[in-house]
Amino acid sequence: MSLSVYIYLATILFTIGALVVLLRRNTIIVFMGVELMLNACNLALITFSRMHGNLDGQVYTLFVMVVAAAEVVVGLAIIMSIYRARRSASVDDANLLKL
Amino acid sequence: MSGGEALLFWVLGPTCVLGSLGLLFARKAVHAAMAMALVMVGLGIFYIAQYAEFVGIIQIFVYSGAVMMLFLFVIMTVGVESTTSSVETIGGQRIWGWLLALLFLGVAAFGLGRVTFPEPVGLDAAQTEGTVTALAREIFSRQVFSFEVLGSLLVIAVMGAMVLAHRERLVPRRTQRELAAERVRSNSFVAGKPAPGVYARHNASDTPALLPDGTPAAVSVPRVLVARGQEHPVPYRGIDPAGDTPETEDADLPAPSRSATTRGEQA
Amino acid sequence: MSVLETSAGLALADPSAVRAIEATGTSALAWLLIALPLLGAGLLLVGGRATDKFGPLLATLLSWGSFVVGALVVLQLAGLGAEERSLSVPLWDWVTTGNLSVHAGLLIDPLSMAFVLLITFVGSLIHVYSLGYMQHDPDKRRFFAYLNLFVAAMLILVLADSYLLLFVGWEGVGLASYLLIGFWNHNPAYASAANKAFVVNRIGDFALIIAMAYMLYTYGALDYATVHGEAGSAATTTLTVIGLLLLLGACGKSAQFPLQSWLGDAMAGPTPVSALIHAATMVTAGVYLVARSQAIYDLTPDARLAVAIVGAITLLYGAIVGCAKDDIKKALAASTMSQIGYMMLAVGLGPIGYIYAIFHLITHGFFKAGMFLGAGSVMHAMNDRVDMRRFGALGREIKTTWITFGAGWLAIIGFPFTAGWFSKDHIIESAFSAPGWQGWVFGLVALLGAGITAFYMSRLFFMTFHGKARWEDDAAPHESPLTMTVPMMVLAVGSLVLGAVLYPTGVLTGWLEPVFGHGEAHESLIPLIGIQVSVFVLMALGVALAWLRYGRDEVPVVAPVGSFATRAARQDLFQDEFNETFLRRPGAGLVAGLEVADNDVIDGGMVGGTSRGLAGVANVVRQAQNGFVRSYALTMLAGIVAILGAVWVIQ
Repeated sequence: MSLSVYIYLATILFTIGALVVLLRRNTIIVFMGVELMLNACNLALITFSRMHGNLDGQVYTLFVMVVAAAEVVVGLAIIMSIYRARRSASVDDANLLKL
Repeated sequence: MSGGEALLFWVLGPTCVLGSLGLLFARKAVHAAMAMALVMVGLGIFYIAQYAEFVGIIQIFVYSGAVMMLFLFVIMTVGVESTTSSVETIGGQRIWGWLLALLFLGVAAFGLGRVTFPEPVGLDAAQTEGTVTALAREIFSRQVFSFEVLGSLLVIAVMGAMVLAHRERLVPRRTQRELAAERVRSNSFVAGKPAPGVYARHNASDTPALLPDGTPAAVSVPRVLVARGQEHPVPYRGIDPAGDTPETEDADLPAPSRSATTRGEQA
Repeated sequence: MSVLETSAGLALADPSAVRAIEATGTSALAWLLIALPLLGAGLLLVGGRATDKFGPLLATLLSWGSFVVGALVVLQLAGLGAEERSLSVPLWDWVTTGNLSVHAGLLIDPLSMAFVLLITFVGSLIHVYSLGYMQHDPDKRRFFAYLNLFVAAMLILVLADSYLLLFVGWEGVGLASYLLIGFWNHNPAYASAANKAFVVNRIGDFALIIAMAYMLYTYGALDYATVHGEAGSAATTTLTVIGLLLLLGACGKSAQFPLQSWLGDAMAGPTPVSALIHAATMVTAGVYLVARSQAIYDLTPDARLAVAIVGAITLLYGAIVGCAKDDIKKALAASTMSQIGYMMLAVGLGPIGYIYAIFHLITHGFFKAGMFLGAGSVMHAMNDRVDMRRFGALGREIKTTWITFGAGWLAIIGFPFTAGWFSKDHIIESAFSAPGWQGWVFGLVALLGAGITAFYMSRLFFMTFHGKARWEDDAAPHESPLTMTVPMMVLAVGSLVLGAVLYPTGVLTGWLEPVFGHGEAHESLIPLIGIQVSVFVLMALGVALAWLRYGRDEVPVVAPVGSFATRAARQDLFQDEFNETFLRRPGAGLVAGLEVADNDVIDGGMVGGTSRGLAGVANVVRQAQNGFVRSYALTMLAGIVAILGAVWVIQ
């Protein structure tokens, strides 16, 4: 069995993450979908690191985690303030991104 | 890939997929968060299995521990009960979403199928000193600049979160002394509002207190719970709003008067 | 080719092409000439009511100061050798851009100084006159500020050492003229007369601008030294075009055909203005421009011929119109036009005519200014009326005016040994000596013009000062104050003796020869004595006819209907109707058409169509912009799929 199964798994997880972003309307869940996509990428990176025998993939994974942590902090703060202002956790309620 | 790892993969892989599908289909945000945590832990185990022990541990600690707890915390603040209607509001979003996602999966899988992966080198040579030392060498020598940048990114993110979460106080905080003086002046709840849920059958803050005549005092329930519709109703005079019929208390209760209820609410 | 060679040879021989030497001594202070009146204008305009009391006097003093400086410079210039009388006063680097560099500087040579003396002397006299004339006007200070501004601008015009600086003065006098014609702008007719003068002048100014641009393109410079020095290096066609454009510019400023229509209306301004600007100085700027550009005209006989033709036409035009006008100032304006026609004719004749043109310009400046001031004095006496049919027999009432006006009259009709006689007879004589058919045509036109001049000026004189009194009831003629009569007397003396002082003594010829060279006259078609006799006979005939009709006979108070010719002349030979029908209406039609085209095709079709099309497309595309984040995410995913698909297809 080749290591490529991990890559396939990562692809599936990434697709499901994208679906979560597309289909769920609870802001928090959408956010978790984004996290899932990041994690799927991390899995691919770890696998690549093992395939190529160097540590770049692992380093990148760590960096992605840090970026994700920063993103979570800001993102959740935004969700909080939107909820405070609108009493709603639905993505569709914050639809001011139009004319 | 050894046999043990293959077994691990075939057990854990579907679990992860199932977890992520849970994220996709769960009705409640808490369930989705739990499914997500499951996927995170599973991925952490995969990392460890792939000789990236340090990253795997960090994954479990940071993601499943810290990040997911943060998510749960926000869910608690925003409301565990807050579910959103599953009726799609944007026309064609669901169909197109599924269609494109499957198309993406197909294209990606097809592309991956055409790639010839090299024989895996393995990490033994790279991590002769141990995984943590090797990673440390990598991060603090070659990638040190990125590391510094990420450090400042974190600081900025923290500051941004503080700014976003901060609520400016528009009027000075009213002291207890002022509140007490106001209560006396307006002659309402001079001794304070009744505390909720102090009677034996229910002992929780979502249960209203009972007045001496047995009528529930709605004012005793914290207004946040009322706003969320989470107060727990209590039976009165044999009529249980929740549906369970009282059996014993009926006889003990004195005949209450309507005015008592109103008085209780006003008092 | 041979023409070109000849041109080049001529250009080298041209004396004005000699580069001027830097001025020293008094001449280095020549900038004071301009600075003094400019200072006056600035002080009076900025100072406001604070200067009401002493403003007019200050302006007059500054104008005289300018004259003193001018006289001192002339004295210094006279002390130099004939070849050295061309001094330059560099002021500052003005325009420096790319290859073009124009220095602001003054050119002091006999030609410009002749103008300076005329402008400052007559101008100062008119300042003095205005002290009396405008005594009761509430806006006296503003009037004097404008007068000073005019003097300064006119001095810039004549002292400039480049066409660009000349243009500054050119526009400056145009502005001053506009401000002064419309000085009583509470009267809408006067305000529109000012507008008319300004607009008609713009046409000439535009031609001058194009001429300058063409010079810049051809010679890469605008200063006289370079342009005139290298004039021969350009093709004859170029020179002709430049010459014609300069002529059109000169026509605008000097009210020559076809841009003559504004001068009659310009009489709306106060009479001193008419005397100074619209008789003595500004309107002669065109003559100055052509004379100054002699290096160009010397090389292009066609453009020069055009100058002469324009002069001849205007000469007759002004004379004919002058015969029919009953408004004393408008009759004088027509006469001015005609006299400037003489000057244009003279400069159009080439080297033989330049000196006489300038000579006539100077004498005309004196006698016409004198007559205008006399007309002002008459109006002063007659409650500001200008209709000569209601004058008559004023000679006995206002004797000083009568005598001084009479001096001007004698001069303009060319009575022997007055100033006009010297200058005009020489122009007629030069006209007769032009080669070929030109000699006959120009000579006879000039001769005829002299006769008509004698008729209409005598008509004016007799209608005003002789015959029976036809005054309106409230008229009580009285002589003007001394401030007005003294300048009139000075100018009258000038009208009588200036010619005798300047010409027979050789002062003027000697003075101007370094600029214009010595034009050896061709053999005149008629001997000089023959011309003089015929001019005298024609003049006598004109005067006699005028005496019979307007001196001896009764002059009707209301103008008779008259023949078609009379009516045409009264209406300025239909100049305004012509302009209205053939220029303004088609122009307005063109503008209206363009406006419709602009609205419908450009704005409506192209711009509007584009914007409407974009708005339509945007309206469709806007549907995609629904504000839902998930929709946007969907498009992102579609993009990713598309990229992956594209990669797949490429592989």
